[in-house]
Amino acid sequence: MSEQPLIRARGLVKRFGDFTAVDGIDLEVAPGEAFGFLGPNGAGKSSTMRMIGCVSMPTSGELRILGMDPARDGARIRGRLGVCPQLDNLDPDLSVRENLTTYARYFGMSRARARARAEELLDFVQLRDRAASRVEPLSGGMKRRLTIARAMVNDPDLVLLDEPTTGLDPQARHLLWERLFRLRQRGTTLVLTTHYMDEAEQLCDRLVVMDGGRIVAEGSPRSLIGTYCTPEVVELRFPDGVDPAGGLEGIGRVDPLPDRVLLYTGDGDAAVAEVHRRGLVPSSVLVRRSSLEDVFLKLTGRTLVD
Amino acid sequence: MVSAVLAARVSPARVGAVVGRNVGALRSGPAYWLVLASGFFEPVLYLLSIGVGVGALVGELRLADGRVVEYAVFVAPAMLAVSAMSGALSETTFNFFFKMKYAKTFEAILATPVRPLEVALGELAWAMTRSAVYTGAFLVVMVAMGLTRVGWALAVFPAALLVGLAFGAVGMAVSTLMRGWQDFDLVTTGQFALFLFSGTFSPVGDYPPVLRVVVEATPLFHSVELVRGLAAGLPGWGLLGHAGYLLAMTAAGLWVAARRLERALCR
Ligand SMILES: Nc1ncnc2c1ncn2[C@@H]1O[C@H](COP(=O)(O)OP(=O)(O)OP(=O)(O)O)[C@@H](O)[C@H]1O
Ligand SMILES: [Mg+2]
Repeated sequence: MSEQPLIRARGLVKRFGDFTAVDGIDLEVAPGEAFGFLGPNGAGKSSTMRMIGCVSMPTSGELRILGMDPARDGARIRGRLGVCPQLDNLDPDLSVRENLTTYARYFGMSRARARARAEELLDFVQLRDRAASRVEPLSGGMKRRLTIARAMVNDPDLVLLDEPTTGLDPQARHLLWERLFRLRQRGTTLVLTTHYMDEAEQLCDRLVVMDGGRIVAEGSPRSLIGTYCTPEVVELRFPDGVDPAGGLEGIGRVDPLPDRVLLYTGDGDAAVAEVHRRGLVPSSVLVRRSSLEDVFLKLTGRTLVD
Repeated sequence: MVSAVLAARVSPARVGAVVGRNVGALRSGPAYWLVLASGFFEPVLYLLSIGVGVGALVGELRLADGRVVEYAVFVAPAMLAVSAMSGALSETTFNFFFKMKYAKTFEAILATPVRPLEVALGELAWAMTRSAVYTGAFLVVMVAMGLTRVGWALAVFPAALLVGLAFGAVGMAVSTLMRGWQDFDLVTTGQFALFLFSGTFSPVGDYPPVLRVVVEATPLFHSVELVRGLAAGLPGWGLLGHAGYLLAMTAAGLWVAARRLERALCR
């Protein structure tokens, strides 16, 4: 990497009492990159995001954001960040528009500039018709959009999004993806956490999988699939009472789940043919390209959304 | 030295933005205005019922300089100090605690360049504004009732601001230590005890010696003495001591509040 990284962490640790939430991770995020954190509940994603956001001090290790030290230049760094926390913390005493203008003022923007910026952002997240409403009656998706708009108010160099689309309906998610995609095109660096594999594949150039406070894998979505998975996956379901596990040996890597069996293989159709040749009769068969979900399952032994 | 450190770190614009947030919240509905109004009337009602009503039974009272005055003249400055105290406290206890613990207002603010001390200063400035509105209105009542002169009222006003500042800062510090709403019962009780026993309704000189020592250590006593001295037109060097006490209280309250905010929200 020739350019100076926007985020650089070495041996980053966060402890709460004697509990270690982040256990010595190394990171580098380049300008313009879209970087993702995946990991099961409690993996340490939010704890890491909060350290990057300079609201939580690392217990040990080295952290540089935008080339600066959070311990010394926290306020200056935060001035160039946009943060969308995991849980919305919009201001319940203010209207939708005031939530944006008031937030802009915390960044030292003039009143006129704050107002203009709020109007742009209301359009950007399609909340113009609710501008005068208070926050409380908004739907979950609208609140999320407002939180993301608020994170853009200072035209940040680096945007941190902690589970930006959790709890949104598919339409709202696609709207947000599209907005985030536009930000990326404008050169804004994005760092996000997600439990959605499709989101990670859509939005991230590069990602890390965290588990138990450590990074267990790193790479582009494609390369992770290439490294940890076969190109295709066969999902087999068997009638109740049939245990086919032994009969599948040798066809590919077998991963028995409570409700189905996964077969990892280079050629799905050939594998299905072999299953039938052995006289096994699954009640349903699905051949698909392998996804990040499979990588995740392999690495953490857990499905993402449980 | 301390002020140099403060000047380097505190941005007036960011403190102003925190105050601005509260101004914006004022538009949020009539509930807030009702609370605001009731806070003003409370001390006025005490002044009328006790100062004037009980005053008719008590008759007259001898002040420190030997002057003899009506009982209401004695009680009014104390009620002014109480009004400055409760104005600041209602903002920095209940409202502050709610913003810190439930509305996550400060959590959101601290993700921006605004620092914990700037949040504390902004909240304090806002509490002072409320306190100033109460004391300003109360002084008008006092002048109208002939309980002080206009000239001395102008001198009392900044002293009342200082009272609001000191109680606001300490109220904020206390709020950061609260575990839940039930702890506020203690605050309310403490506030009421101060209200009764700070030389408010009778001269501290008449208290039993032990109680007197205790009372002279508490903040409302110093507030009442400061305000009463000026309202009665009796400035003296002693008043500086009371002002110093209130200034120290302000600094300590601010320091604790900022530190505790950081501890609670920037883990
Ligand atoms: N302030 C805190 N005090 C004590 N423990 C904490 C604190 N914040 C986080 N933890 C613990 O640290 C661990 C990691 O939490 P974190 O929020 O970083 O996980 P996460 O990966 O974001 O999980 P999720 O997917 O559920 O959001 C959890 O076990 C959590 O209980
Ligand atoms: Mg999280």
